[in-house]
Amino acid sequence: MLKKFASVAGALALSTALVTPAMAELSGKLRIISDMSNPAPRAIMEGLAADFDAMHPGLEVEVEIVDREAWKSQIRNALTANSPDVINWYAANRMGPYVNAGLFEDISDMYANGDLPGLDSVKGAMTLDGKQYGVPYTYYQWGIYYREDIFKELGLSEPATFDEEMANCAKILESGRKCYTIGSKFLWTAGGWFDYMNMRTNGFDFHMKLATGEASWTSDEVRETFANWRKLIDMGAFIDDHQTYSWQEALPFMVKGEAAAYLMGNFVVPHLREGGMTDDQIDFYQFPKIADVPMGEDAPTDTFHIASGAQNKEAARAFLQYVTSPDVQTKINGPEGLGQLPVNAGSSVADDEFITQGFDMLSNNATGGIAQFFDRDFPAEMASIGMEGLQEFMVFPDNLDDILNRLESARERIYK
Amino acid sequence: MSTAHQSWAKRNRMTLTPLLFLLPGILFFAAYVIIPIFQSFNISLYEWDGLGEATYVGTRNYEELLTDRNFEISLWNNVKWLVLYLLAIPAGLFIALFLNQTVFGIRLYKSLFFFPFVISQVVVGLVFSWFYLPREGLLNAVLTTLGMDTINVLGDPTLATYGIIAAGLWPQTAYCMILYLTGLNAVDPEQVEAGRLDGAKGLKMLWYVILPQLRPATFIAFVVTIIGALRSFDLISIMTNGGPFGSTRVLSFYMFEKALSEYGFRMGYGSAIAVVLFFIMLFFIAYFLWSMYREERQSRH
Repeated sequence: MLKKFASVAGALALSTALVTPAMAELSGKLRIISDMSNPAPRAIMEGLAADFDAMHPGLEVEVEIVDREAWKSQIRNALTANSPDVINWYAANRMGPYVNAGLFEDISDMYANGDLPGLDSVKGAMTLDGKQYGVPYTYYQWGIYYREDIFKELGLSEPATFDEEMANCAKILESGRKCYTIGSKFLWTAGGWFDYMNMRTNGFDFHMKLATGEASWTSDEVRETFANWRKLIDMGAFIDDHQTYSWQEALPFMVKGEAAAYLMGNFVVPHLREGGMTDDQIDFYQFPKIADVPMGEDAPTDTFHIASGAQNKEAARAFLQYVTSPDVQTKINGPEGLGQLPVNAGSSVADDEFITQGFDMLSNNATGGIAQFFDRDFPAEMASIGMEGLQEFMVFPDNLDDILNRLESARERIYK
Repeated sequence: MSTAHQSWAKRNRMTLTPLLFLLPGILFFAAYVIIPIFQSFNISLYEWDGLGEATYVGTRNYEELLTDRNFEISLWNNVKWLVLYLLAIPAGLFIALFLNQTVFGIRLYKSLFFFPFVISQVVVGLVFSWFYLPREGLLNAVLTTLGMDTINVLGDPTLATYGIIAAGLWPQTAYCMILYLTGLNAVDPEQVEAGRLDGAKGLKMLWYVILPQLRPATFIAFVVTIIGALRSFDLISIMTNGGPFGSTRVLSFYMFEKALSEYGFRMGYGSAIAVVLFFIMLFFIAYFLWSMYREERQSRH
């Protein structure tokens, strides 16, 4: 397995030698547990390990790839018993339990002494209590992916405001289609809608206050968010029976042209292309403005961390530097790789209509701030109770008072 | 000295040998079942995320359970499962009586009826969730041809649990059927003959002559059905994942969600749910053990 990548590794080793500061030759064994289990990410991870292995003749790199969903509960055992050196996880609050339990290594010194150049813009997402606990390796934008051909047929253009959005939607509904597809069986898709409705109605700062438990779920601001959301629900903008579908099962509605758009992360694009959509048929726009507040965006970040029980911290640190270096970032996030956004400011962004639009949006038009996503910004328990309430609201909007009271009492209990 | 030792072992070998044979089993049972039960009791008194320090909170987890609406829903769903799952017993008996005849190809029919029990619960769940699909599903296709409104069984919080129970009944009925089929083989033809001479037929024959002889089969069917109802985790997980909005959770699923799922890791609270579930199970287990004991005593006298 490792040999296959040896030739590529040689070339990469040369190029990265320029950016990686000189250091003592690494030796021993580097154990990585990764959750990049989907086919494309898996190849990337294995390639990274092979290249790093080839760069350091004295070092043996060992990768274990765990199913992405299973990893969410296995990480605890992995970190507490016979812990590996490097692991995958997520940014922001999702790091909280492991940071508090002292299981993630504090790598603030790497950020401070310039070992990680080009990561200044993403440093915030890796910071808890003023310290940094890992490095990001990829992130992606969220936004509205829509059927360009349907928009053309109906003479619609990308909306910039919520009124335009609703006017578009009215026309789409008139043509016998639904405006948005969504599959809320596993709840988090409803979290995406709430993130955007709330960030656009009350601004990024209020959204973060809600996430950190400082704002109340029964406040007028939150009610206004739901009132705006309800305008779409009452129009019949969303597909019927979405609570029965997973997000993948909701894709055919858009592919078959029964729904015109999907609020989703950029990872939806390969699925749409596989479904037979050409790039002429799909396009992307930023979630439109509602109130006059700076636009906040969801851009979930995936990360690497060093376990505090790591055996080979020196090699682990070198690996983190390697993964975030500009060239490696360009390569692994390129169209042949993850097809997402590189985290290093010195990397170049793939020439793909969605990635360039997303990059442009996040660099120039996300002045409000960058959120991670509902289930990563809110504490785990609040997120799970919250998303259940959001799903219920989307099906039975009349239950809103009951839902909000429930979430408010959960808030009072969870953030003590 | 050595002879004395030998003779002690020899004298007690009738006691020692079974103990030695039982020892591995007892050790494993203690390590994997008995001790964890007491650990759960202990953890349920703490607030613990599974990683950091556990803080002692006394009975607070249990107090929270009393006001937790999701717990209440899960408990009621458990009751629904227990009651409705018992329908598998009469249904299984009916099919067994129906199949207990000698016609051409009866073995094939029997194995076809037994088929759902052989396939995995996960597959049963998938098949039924496709059957219930709101637009493409077979159920709604049938309802539409009959001129009725379509329903989204698994998306409707009032129907979803019943939908899952119906899926569970399919393999469980097959299980009960096979138990009764073997039971029917053991029915004494002379008693049936005697009953017939005394003028019993139809339901009377079934109730007074056949069923009493099927008591062992009924007992086993009852036991496996109750246990099956309490183990409904996989069907729920595959068909609705506890949703819509938590309306199909049962206690075991809720415990898993609170303690071990992606957003969980409240070990104390999960353990408190586990303790409640344990007592519900204990009630049935005690009843089974007691009735088995009683039966053994009766047969000895």
